Amino acid sequence: MEWTHKDLLSVTQLTSAEILDIFHLAQNFEEIGTRPIKKTPTLKGKSVLLFFAEPSTRTKTSFDIAAKRLSADTFSLATSGSSLEKGEDLRDTGLTLQAMQPDAIVIRHSQSGSADFLAQQLQCSVINAGDGWHAHPTQALLDGFSLYKLWGEFRGRTLLLLGDIAHSRVARSDIALFTKLGASVRLCGPRTLLPRYIADWPVKVYSDLEEACRGVDAVQCLRLQLERQQAGLLPSLREYATRFGLRSKHMELARPGAKIMHPGPMNRGIEIDSDLADSPESLILDQVSSGIAIRMTLLYLFLTSISRRSE
Amino acid sequence: MNSRRIIPRVVWQGQVCDCIVEGDKIAELRPVGDTETSGKELVLLPGLIDCHTHLREPGQEHKEDINSGLTAAASGGFSNISCMANTVPVNDNAAVTSMMLQTAAACKPEGPALHPVGALSRGLAGKELAFMYELAQAGCIAFSNDGVPVSDSGLMRRAMEYSADLQVPVIDHCEDPDLSPEGVINEGLMSERLGLQGVPSISESIQVARDLLLASYLEVPVHLAHISRRESVELIHWAKNKGVPVSAETCPHYLLWTEEEVAGYDPLCKVNPPLGTADDVTALRQAVREGVIDILVTDHAPHAQFEKETPFSRAPNGISGLDTAMSLCWSLVEDDVLTQKDLVRLWCSRPAQIFGLRDNGFQPGDPADFLLFDPGDAWTPTLETMFSRGKNTPCLNRELPGRIRLNCRRGKALYGRFPQENS
Repeated sequence: MEWTHKDLLSVTQLTSAEILDIFHLAQNFEEIGTRPIKKTPTLKGKSVLLFFAEPSTRTKTSFDIAAKRLSADTFSLATSGSSLEKGEDLRDTGLTLQAMQPDAIVIRHSQSGSADFLAQQLQCSVINAGDGWHAHPTQALLDGFSLYKLWGEFRGRTLLLLGDIAHSRVARSDIALFTKLGASVRLCGPRTLLPRYIADWPVKVYSDLEEACRGVDAVQCLRLQLERQQAGLLPSLREYATRFGLRSKHMELARPGAKIMHPGPMNRGIEIDSDLADSPESLILDQVSSGIAIRMTLLYLFLTSISRRSE
Repeated sequence: MNSRRIIPRVVWQGQVCDCIVEGDKIAELRPVGDTETSGKELVLLPGLIDCHTHLREPGQEHKEDINSGLTAAASGGFSNISCMANTVPVNDNAAVTSMMLQTAAACKPEGPALHPVGALSRGLAGKELAFMYELAQAGCIAFSNDGVPVSDSGLMRRAMEYSADLQVPVIDHCEDPDLSPEGVINEGLMSERLGLQGVPSISESIQVARDLLLASYLEVPVHLAHISRRESVELIHWAKNKGVPVSAETCPHYLLWTEEEVAGYDPLCKVNPPLGTADDVTALRQAVREGVIDILVTDHAPHAQFEKETPFSRAPNGISGLDTAMSLCWSLVEDDVLTQKDLVRLWCSRPAQIFGLRDNGFQPGDPADFLLFDPGDAWTPTLETMFSRGKNTPCLNRELPGRIRLNCRRGKALYGRFPQENS
């Protein structure tokens, strides 16, 4: 496959053909994880800088494992006690990191647009691992990959994104990815957690969870940031759980065999019923392993295209 | 077995009719073709709906309680009333709502039906949203911070958005508290003459403008409580022409009385928003006729006598309205300010539409909620004749034209008064 991108900033930059190519490749990379020796020399001598300026456990570990399975070296920046905390601006941090000559920088940052900003400043590849409310392309790709393995085809499928859409980079990226692949996307949440101009988005909006679940093929529950209540957007977490917590009675209205997803970390008992998260229809742990395969694929595409370009 | 009853020779919008009731429903309203009104017939009206009262229970039962409030409502011709959330404790959770509904069902099983309004913010503090879903599930038909204006426009936005999903209207008490911190009377010649701190009319209309802009921007409904000023009316008129989903209410006292009433420092005339000018009255009368203001409410705000027997500035705000509303409105009909048709729209059909209640349009099958009004039966509200525990009204000891004779809800009499000479 021809990979021409310097950076991965958002799903919107990918064509549906590219996304499907990524899924095909990811199936091969996923196989590596099942071997007794989970390592190939593909990216030997490459270095990947993990620049996570916002707390992250699973995404950072996932990139780390993905790089190491391909024999790339990874370097992490500690967020606490770092120059960032001392007030260094993002441009200087970025240039400093580049001077260390990594082949790719994976960035997670609380400010929307920070990955784009860094990509403009730097010559090396920048992979967005989540910027503010804006985008989380590798999450959307792993969500898509999890379902691709089951469905093969997205046309005729309906995905429900449940919860805080307004402040969610996962929701934005998922909407972009699944609509690109031809699936229908529904949203459900209180209006206070939906963008004001949601009517202009290519989605169907529901305020009632039962209605929203009727006939869907998968539900992705989004994490409710507990500070939304303090910000005056919700009366209480209990009321949120009552109205928008996914329970088995909702899944009974979905298409038989419908899948349950969550990008993690979960608030069990708030956005998702605990038993449901552990049920056979739950893809939550598969999302995690799919994440490694997707990130291996992306690192492979970025780091080998660089060497091809320089040859 | 549904009993069939005929209420003979009553006047429905100028026409003598027999009203036929079957069980709890209207069977037919049959015009009696051959006769003209003798002027002595009773006037037939659908049961009134008052979407803005304060019943003080729980917490301030010395002013009123649910039983005395509903008794006053029954005598005033009401079949459905709402009560605001500024009780002690505040009605901001299902436990208080349920207690109100259980109390009402226990003391007035036939009605008038009580429809609590839930608090918009927790504790009416204007900081966090109240448990609106829980309140709606428990039976609240609207949300309001009535009595404590919401100065935080961000919170107001979130409340309007959240309740729009629940399809429960938000009622805003329009007042900018920073413009009226200590005010007790309309800011104008009267306040200056009396040396009382004034409330500028813009204290209301600025908040009206804010709410209209919020409703317009968010495309969600808002209902504006007790509108009392010309500028507010003009703003609502503008918004309705633009298609903004707004509805509004005013009270009989704003259609009848002006700040002149306060000339003698009478605390019974102290109300929030304060009585306005003659020009405000003119604007409001036109607004209710034309439907710019959708409905009438009493804003029934009973207080104990001792609380009002105090210097003007110290007295609590509020007018007791359930006993007298219909008689006061009849005086507006006599003065050709309103028609009987207007009364039906302002007190029955529009409030039912806005708040999702059933009204009686006198079509077969409609709920038999109706009242008989005797325009010839002048009466004087006094400490003895009023049913509300709150006797605080400017028309205390003033004669009013006409009075309710019978009030029925779902075919059952809630109140009836038939003097000897009439039988």
